Amino acid sequence: MTKKSFRQALNEGMRQEMERDATVIVMGEDIAGGMGSKGEQDAWGDVLGASKGLLPKFGRERVYDTPISESAFIGAAAGAAINGLRPVAQLMFVDFFGVCGDQIINQMAKFRYMFGGKATTPVVIRTLFGAGLRAAAQHSQCLYPIFTHIPGLKVVIPSSPYEAKGLMIQSIRDDDPVIFFEHKAMYDDEEEVPDEPYAIPFGQAKIVREGGDATIVAIGRMVKFSSQAAAALEKEGIKCTVIDPRTTSPLDTTAILDSVKKTGRLIVVDEANPRCNLATDISALVAQNAFKSLRAPIRMVTPPHTPVPFAGELEDLYVPSPAGIQTAVTETVRYQ
Amino acid sequence: MQLNREDLLTAYTKMRTIREFEERVHKEFATGKIPGFVHLYAGEEASAVGVCMQLDGADYITSTHRGHGHCIGKGCDVDGMMKEIFGRHGGLCKGKGGSMHIADVGKGMLGANGIVGGGPPLACGAALAAKERKTGGVAVAFFGDGAYNQGTTLESMNLASVYQLPVFFVLEDNGYAETTSSDWSIGGHNPVLRARGFGIPGERVDGHDFFAVYRAALEAVKRMRAGAGPQFLHIEFTRYYGHFEGDAMTYRPPGEVNEERKFLDCLNFFRARVMSAGLLEAAALDNVDKDVEKRIDAAVAAAKKAAPPKSDDLTTDVYKSY
Repeated sequence: MTKKSFRQALNEGMRQEMERDATVIVMGEDIAGGMGSKGEQDAWGDVLGASKGLLPKFGRERVYDTPISESAFIGAAAGAAINGLRPVAQLMFVDFFGVCGDQIINQMAKFRYMFGGKATTPVVIRTLFGAGLRAAAQHSQCLYPIFTHIPGLKVVIPSSPYEAKGLMIQSIRDDDPVIFFEHKAMYDDEEEVPDEPYAIPFGQAKIVREGGDATIVAIGRMVKFSSQAAAALEKEGIKCTVIDPRTTSPLDTTAILDSVKKTGRLIVVDEANPRCNLATDISALVAQNAFKSLRAPIRMVTPPHTPVPFAGELEDLYVPSPAGIQTAVTETVRYQ
Repeated sequence: MQLNREDLLTAYTKMRTIREFEERVHKEFATGKIPGFVHLYAGEEASAVGVCMQLDGADYITSTHRGHGHCIGKGCDVDGMMKEIFGRHGGLCKGKGGSMHIADVGKGMLGANGIVGGGPPLACGAALAAKERKTGGVAVAFFGDGAYNQGTTLESMNLASVYQLPVFFVLEDNGYAETTSSDWSIGGHNPVLRARGFGIPGERVDGHDFFAVYRAALEAVKRMRAGAGPQFLHIEFTRYYGHFEGDAMTYRPPGEVNEERKFLDCLNFFRARVMSAGLLEAAALDNVDKDVEKRIDAAVAAAKKAAPPKSDDLTTDVYKSY
């Protein structure tokens, strides 16, 4: 076991699956980089470098640089998936789904149901999301609620390098379309990651820490922030359970409800905009199924209902912070 | 291009099956027994049959909302199709897809498509998979004149060109995208030239002439199988019915459809050609007509008798596992 970054963990997961299964291909804009150019091949290894090294190892027959043409190549990934390949296609930033939404929402997600169970579409759409890089409104959104809403898609949001590798491997092995969200501000995060391949099953939340006073459910990068908040709160005598659902579709409702039944308090931390996001979804779940266990109103910690701003001062205000989470938990625990 | 007696009978049977299927769906729809939206292929038969006769089991097609003809062309079972259109148990998609989504992936029929321009990217993927897996297969993207102005189609033509994928882009131009004339909507007014702009060779054929479609498709598919990359075909013809069933077609000049049924009918043309050339005799063609009529009668009767889907079917087939 060695320390690896989120980027290295993703790379290792993809590489090991490509070694294991010859039907796995990767495709995307600059997924290697340099296609048709006179300079370096594998120039980028995708925009943030997670695919670097796949081209020299597997060649252009399995590593497809694409034109900037999301409708065509995301759709082609779906078409290849129902015909025997396991494509891992990168939609560079999830904000770009607007130009290929049909192929995701109306095509790949629907094949199995519309065709009476006769289609199997093992495709992974990797995509970058989240604020923090001063990338402003069109490169920073958290659009996983949109995909979570669509039956037929599975939605995966790793919260650390260990999670990234295990969930990537499971995503590639899975037989349904998977939208795999990679938080761009976590790419340099490091932790111990096993060298051998391992798969983390979908729909099984990770209990990041346990405490009896409140349940914090957090998504993606917010798991890290919530853990930081919980560590600080523990020094004040407030003990929190932090739950990372790992996948928002399927969602491990049992883990969430069981915890809230013990703690009686729920704080949901979601970097997605506040209307119809995972925080509202999980709040509704708990309100409907664990109402009598609640000792305080459910609290949702989210950004405001605005686009992601550019200026650093504004973006820092926009993203939920460990301090903000800490305050929300304290207020919930002290609620009379 | 040599078509033997068996090929000619196959072609005629398939075209007649599509016509009879669509005429019967038209009648049954009018009685209110068929739910939802139905778009009929009557008048366009030579395209699906002329193209699909070049394909085999390793080949794929993507289709359009007007997809019944493509299904029959690619060998889908007409009983299963009829049951699907009636929304019944035993339908090709268990009654969960309907007319706009009939598919039979095992037969290489990757689905009628409710989205205009939805199919071409999928055809690129099917061709990419065939190339990667070295199956020798090719893919055909059937799309209408409306879809020829969709970004998905144009992006797919570029992708197929860049990767040199064996995708046959077949533009079925029946003159109207819903109510809008294709003469007006296709900028540049030269679909073949547009394809050439992507480096994709192609030609225009009269879609009422089965032999013209067959010849062009034969050559295009042969080029693709030899590794020549994507091909294009502009098929001009007419549809006998509206955009969907219930469309009063007030955008078409009065009498247009009657004239076309009289003078532009691929089945009549086919009959006249093979009889005058002494290749098939009237009795053989009449026998096909009778057999097809019986087959479609039986399909309709079976669909009407079939049970509705089970309530449990509502929640199955969303995922392989969840």
